[in-house]
Amino acid sequence: MAIDGPHFSPEELMVCQAARQLRDGEVVFVGIGLPNLACNLARRLHAPKLVLIYESGAVGADPKRLPISIGDPSLVTNSLGVFSMFDVFSFYLQRGLIDVGFLQGVQIDRFGNLNTTVIGDYQHPKVRLPGSGGACEIAILAKRVFIIAPQSKRSFPERVDFITSPGFVDGPEGRRKLGLPGGGPVMVITNLGCYEFSDGEMVLTSLHPGCTVEQVRENTGWDVRISPQLKTTEVPHDAELRIIREDLDPSHLFLAHH
Amino acid sequence: MDEAIRRFVQDGDVIVIEGFTHLICFAAAHEIIRQRRRDLTVCRLTPDLIYDQLIGAGCVRRLVFSWAGNPGAGPLYALRRAVEQGIPNPIELEEYSHYGMVARLTAGAARLPFYPLRNYMGSDLPRVNPSIKTVVCPFTGEELAAVPALNPDTAIIHAQRADENGNAQIWGLIGVQKEAAFASRNTIVVAEEIVSENVIRSDPNRTLIPGMIVSAVVHEPFGCHPSFAQGFYDRDNDFYVRWREISQNEALFNKYLEEWVYGLRDRAEYVRRMGAQIDRLRAQPHYCEPVNYGY
Repeated sequence: MAIDGPHFSPEELMVCQAARQLRDGEVVFVGIGLPNLACNLARRLHAPKLVLIYESGAVGADPKRLPISIGDPSLVTNSLGVFSMFDVFSFYLQRGLIDVGFLQGVQIDRFGNLNTTVIGDYQHPKVRLPGSGGACEIAILAKRVFIIAPQSKRSFPERVDFITSPGFVDGPEGRRKLGLPGGGPVMVITNLGCYEFSDGEMVLTSLHPGCTVEQVRENTGWDVRISPQLKTTEVPHDAELRIIREDLDPSHLFLAHH
Repeated sequence: MDEAIRRFVQDGDVIVIEGFTHLICFAAAHEIIRQRRRDLTVCRLTPDLIYDQLIGAGCVRRLVFSWAGNPGAGPLYALRRAVEQGIPNPIELEEYSHYGMVARLTAGAARLPFYPLRNYMGSDLPRVNPSIKTVVCPFTGEELAAVPALNPDTAIIHAQRADENGNAQIWGLIGVQKEAAFASRNTIVVAEEIVSENVIRSDPNRTLIPGMIVSAVVHEPFGCHPSFAQGFYDRDNDFYVRWREISQNEALFNKYLEEWVYGLRDRAEYVRRMGAQIDRLRAQPHYCEPVNYGY
């Protein structure tokens, strides 16, 4: 397979960008889908000592295949330990051992609040989504939260229809007022760019190659803040793409390869 | 299995079939569908395909849960038909997060009225679920979230091995099975293997559920397919992906029930019908180092 040159899909770039945010030795609470890919990619590159914790109970997982679900048997084989879900949520997450929580959202708003519950009214939903799983407590308790979300005007409304997992709730003081122990979201990675948080609000800090600020504005439901030091997102390196395509997701379960 | 379900799952009961991805006892759910139980309140963190099937078969009145999807493969369409269109019957939802469900079963298992959590601040979940409340700590004055105990009528727990008294050993993901069993009035243990008490006693740390809380023991090899049993068989990921299509179409869903549930007498027939397909799922050996229990 030829993987030279700048040939990559937006999802591949999102996964690479997410993986780069993780520091070696950190403890990560891993969610399903793209976050799972990003964490496993980081472990194979710059962060071999990253500790992967899955809500299913696997701690220090070392999966030899890409787990399709967060309860895959490959997370157990050769892990550091397997614990009950009570242990994982109480002794790891609530106790404050989780450095990074990785979440995916269906809807996200300017304060980084995530909705995975319903589109429309709760009692009469237009679309019924899966619900919280562990996302609510991860958003509240993890020291830092990274979010991966595909971006459109519908998925980036001014306010989400339902706050499943709180970001900064209603502004810069939102988390402090309500006493949320974790630090909240620090980065949102979309198919157009990366956002960081300032005064509890998303600010576009880097654009992916080929994407424009106009595109971002068209696909955001509020008057989005743009950083004066706007950068271009680093493209995926060959080494990253090779691991994703040949090792992590060879059957394109999660990613359409370029 | 027929007798265990007949005796311990009645119309209108509150039941919990646990197992997080791992050891989900589809054999028991299929028997509940065959016996045409109605108006059940079914509790589970992740309803998964197993409750999608119970809901689509018309067994369920109320679902208590925290994440309702087909893991890695999309939505649960039978559940969505029931919620969005009332097909085959409307169902009520009672929704928590995973930690909230775990805490409810933990309180239930310890016969406490509620469990406190540092959770839900800023989330809309308490707004739509009046059972998520707050409590003030009598020692620090701090306000905490509180969820009520969950005490089902019957828990159904699948184990890799158990003895005839129900002492059950589970390895791999242990999820919330211990809490679910202790929380419930009755527990049905279903096992891949029935072993002698000596085998259980040779490795006491692996016993998750003691026989003293078990009402019935069922021997049911491959009882978890399409879910998995660590060390016995892998998850049938292809089936989970195929379920997307089956559950999306009401006619295909009903055809599935006819062929794989109503049309079969029991799980043994299901396994025979799967034939050689089941062999591709058999687990590879991966043994641990033995430990010394001597003194």
